[in-house]
Amino acid sequence: MSTQVPDQTDDESSASEAETAPAAQQRRMEKKRQRAAEAEETRQTEEAEAALAETETYHLKVFRYDPEIEGKKEPRFDDFHVPYHKGMTVLDALMYARDTYDSSLTFRHSCRQAICGSDAMFVNGRQRLCCKTQLSDLEEPVRIEPLPHQEVVKDLVVDMEHFYDQMEAVEPYFQTNDLPEGELEEQRQSRENREKVKMSTRCIWCGACMSSCNIAAGDNQYLGPAAINKAYRFTMDEREGEDMKQHRLEILEQEHGVWRCQTQFSCTNVCPKDIPLTEHIQELKREAVKSNLKFW
Amino acid sequence: MSQSYNRGLIEDFGRWREFSAGMWAWVFHKFTGWVLVGYLFTHIAVLSTALQSPEAYTTTIQSLESLLVVRILEVGLLSVAVFHILNGVRLLFIDLGVGLESQDKSFYASLVLTGAIAIASVPTFLAGVFG
Repeated sequence: MSTQVPDQTDDESSASEAETAPAAQQRRMEKKRQRAAEAEETRQTEEAEAALAETETYHLKVFRYDPEIEGKKEPRFDDFHVPYHKGMTVLDALMYARDTYDSSLTFRHSCRQAICGSDAMFVNGRQRLCCKTQLSDLEEPVRIEPLPHQEVVKDLVVDMEHFYDQMEAVEPYFQTNDLPEGELEEQRQSRENREKVKMSTRCIWCGACMSSCNIAAGDNQYLGPAAINKAYRFTMDEREGEDMKQHRLEILEQEHGVWRCQTQFSCTNVCPKDIPLTEHIQELKREAVKSNLKFW
Repeated sequence: MSQSYNRGLIEDFGRWREFSAGMWAWVFHKFTGWVLVGYLFTHIAVLSTALQSPEAYTTTIQSLESLLVVRILEVGLLSVAVFHILNGVRLLFIDLGVGLESQDKSFYASLVLTGAIAIASVPTFLAGVFG
């Protein structure tokens, strides 16, 4: 009641002054509208908050590290609570967290459809492609770290240089000595041969296999599953010819080549494109032995 | 190029709970292999007592076999050897490119078989030690 007293006196005084009455009336109306708008606004935000609380949120624990900023040099985990919608992937959640909560959250992503291979991360203790991993398949809190066994540049970004070096070491391009007659003639591959190398061509260079490999972690010179798979793709390609196959096997059968593989199947388990990596490495081992045991 | 942070090896054996079947098979194969190498030396040591005299060998063996610890270790040795053999066969098939899709099942099978054989061997190994 007491709070309304000044209002009342104000009303009376404004009513007594006939000239200013319309102006005072307007001011009052203006105030009223403002109050109503404010009330509406708070009601809306409250509703939105309530809706947010009602909608399922996912709890992300994200690895953070930035060597260039004093306060962030010590690695830590940040928590994000991201509203969930059906079909949300880990990458969607990360992007929401970055766009809504912390624009300094750094990670690689590009195509969002498991083609570019930029967003391989260590999610809940396993190398996964974030854009291909459904949040609903994961237990909370979803722990997102950069790929293990690779140096962290910032937050979830790792240095892929070594991985690319190993990929390039196996000469990952088609080369052949027997070219077709005409200059514009195609180099045709048989259907059977294509089937054989089909799975190995699916590699997207995401680096998940290399990161999961226990041997690659201990032996920095080991080519790694992805590079050997790439070599498999060309070694098994019949169009490359016998001497090129020999050349490729010479690269592969070196000390840090195929023989380092100890068939733990870690790479095969994590490969987001389901490439039978161990199978390919084992086949190359057999090819290497066969080419060395030729007695004829 | 910014300076980067090396997380070391923390994510390896620290996360053994997340190891897959193939990884466990590898760990066990390494472990049993080293146990067998170690046993080889004790085996040679015991056998070489026969160089002194046949009686020395007999008394060594008899005194060893009268110990309960030795009997239990023998069961352990058998299971280690059996696992190493079975997993070795599994690896042989993997090297030949046979059944790579069911490599985890064959690992579990070799574990179960090892367990069964170890349990079945208990009466034989522990016979007479309590008598």
